[in-house]
Amino acid sequence: MSVDRAETETNGDRPEDSTLLAVDGVVKQFGGLVAVDGATFGVEAGSITGLIGPNGAGKSTLFDCITGVYTPDAGTVTLDGEAIQGLSPNQVAARGVGRTFQTPKTFRGMTVRENLAFAAREQTGERALGALFRPGRVETEETAIQETVDETLEFLELDHLAEEYAGGLSGGQRKLLELGRVLMMDPEIILLDEPVAGVNPALTDELLERLHELNDRGRTILFIEHDMDIVMGHCDSVVVLHNGQTLAVGPPEIVQEDDRVVEAYLGGYD
Amino acid sequence: MALPGIASFLVTIGTLACIWGLLALGLNVHYGYTGLLNFGHVAFFAAGAYASAVLTMPPPEQVSQANYVIGLDLPMPLGFPVSLAVAALAGGLLALLIGSTSVRLGSHYLAIATFALAGIFEDVLVNETWLTNGTFGMNSVPKPMRETLGAGGWQVAYLAFSALCLLGVYLLLDRLIDAPFGRLLRGVRESEDAARMLGKDTNLVKLKSFAIGGAIAGFAGGLYAHFLGSVVTEQFVAGVTFVVWAAILLGGVASSSGAIVGAFLLIAFQQSTRFILTIYGWIQSVLPEPLSGVLPAIFAPLPDHPSFVPSVRFIVIGCLFVLVIRYRPEGLFGDPNEVTVMGEEE
Repeated sequence: MSVDRAETETNGDRPEDSTLLAVDGVVKQFGGLVAVDGATFGVEAGSITGLIGPNGAGKSTLFDCITGVYTPDAGTVTLDGEAIQGLSPNQVAARGVGRTFQTPKTFRGMTVRENLAFAAREQTGERALGALFRPGRVETEETAIQETVDETLEFLELDHLAEEYAGGLSGGQRKLLELGRVLMMDPEIILLDEPVAGVNPALTDELLERLHELNDRGRTILFIEHDMDIVMGHCDSVVVLHNGQTLAVGPPEIVQEDDRVVEAYLGGYD
Repeated sequence: MALPGIASFLVTIGTLACIWGLLALGLNVHYGYTGLLNFGHVAFFAAGAYASAVLTMPPPEQVSQANYVIGLDLPMPLGFPVSLAVAALAGGLLALLIGSTSVRLGSHYLAIATFALAGIFEDVLVNETWLTNGTFGMNSVPKPMRETLGAGGWQVAYLAFSALCLLGVYLLLDRLIDAPFGRLLRGVRESEDAARMLGKDTNLVKLKSFAIGGAIAGFAGGLYAHFLGSVVTEQFVAGVTFVVWAAILLGGVASSSGAIVGAFLLIAFQQSTRFILTIYGWIQSVLPEPLSGVLPAIFAPLPDHPSFVPSVRFIVIGCLFVLVIRYRPEGLFGDPNEVTVMGEEE
């Protein structure tokens, strides 16, 4: 099932302390502006890690550096011990990094079902010759893909919208759809850029519940979030980014007490 | 035996419509399914037509006003399918060449690049006389089986063959677009960023789409060359691209049947409006005596100039477009769900 990791290594065989994604000294400059300035942290396999920081701290740029949208000017990004910085976005995705956007980029002129099926990996029918000359194989694969789509739709409780065009969905539903599309790729790690921003409270709870369930099934999650209650209440580990640098890394209750963090970002939070 | 005037005219329109239908199918793969703004479609059409001409023209010694060097003189009719296959290949290769330099460009930049490259290609055709015979054109492209079938029979047979080709390409595309390949193209059309982030190599996808559409246009070019028996540079100007664009917008973007219907309507309209004066004369001749003054009275204020009626055709086509855009922006066969969002980024 797509919502479970296909290989159980992430929660089974892997030692507790192993780092799945490591960001080491990443620098990204735009002309004179240093957006990311030596950010360094690791994401434990099987954890939910929150990435926080004030506006302009470099969170989304860092996501772009990890997912191949930008090539970092310095530093390394490693996934499972292999360097992935400098690869193109589709290569990074193929290595098992799934990512959603701050503003969902759904395929609006396609149905919800098509949106999900699109993301399935290694489809013979995606090659023109395969589509023309190997109908049997394409059909077998397509049946399997559609089964996974059905499971994913059910998991996200989007099944009643399967045949709707994505352009007609609400903002929250689009975020769920984007998450579902990422799940169809069966990624090692899921990067979510503000997954609950602009989503109504009921759907927010639902989304967080889904994230926990995915995490329980062995998926590693790294997400950017501004809402402190959510970060403190739902993350195993928190990374605080400030002016492009990592200010603090650690469990939420410890980061929360860090004076620099309080000063830089949390302000009156208690 | 030759066909009577009106039948011959209809058969010609039908054949042209099939050829333009193929062009529209090709462009629809680019724009309709993949969202590529290709404004240089005519170049692929020309590449196919010239490839066929070079393959099948008699050697230059046998032709008057021949400045070209290569005429491979493939025997007809067996050389005909070879010629069409090479035409498709030529269109596809040119698309691959143009695509590999510019398919990475964002939507409107691609439009400019393809338009410019098609212009350059047109200049190459005019100037590379050794290959294309320049502006004189290649005027001895064989019409396969013309002697055996006679003038009229050949016209009908060629129409049937063209229609069959159109149907074949339509069915082939239908199968491709229904498969995950079509889903891949449409996803790239909707959001390249998202497609990339889901592990798809969007540049490769766009290049494939470009080559497939280009090959279809090249194939249409081959069909066109053998139909007219001549290939001249002035047939391959930017106007052709825009007629094809008009056809797919009229018929409905992202719909193969829409593209074909659009092409048929447009060609029928373009060709039949030539006969406005003939029709006028005919109506006038059958009207009963008391009404014979009505039409001249209505049209009397219009200028009596030979270029007036041809110019009106453009106005009428323009009005047709305004009506379609106003009342049916998705085109006759388009799906509004797919079309309204095209080219828009979230």
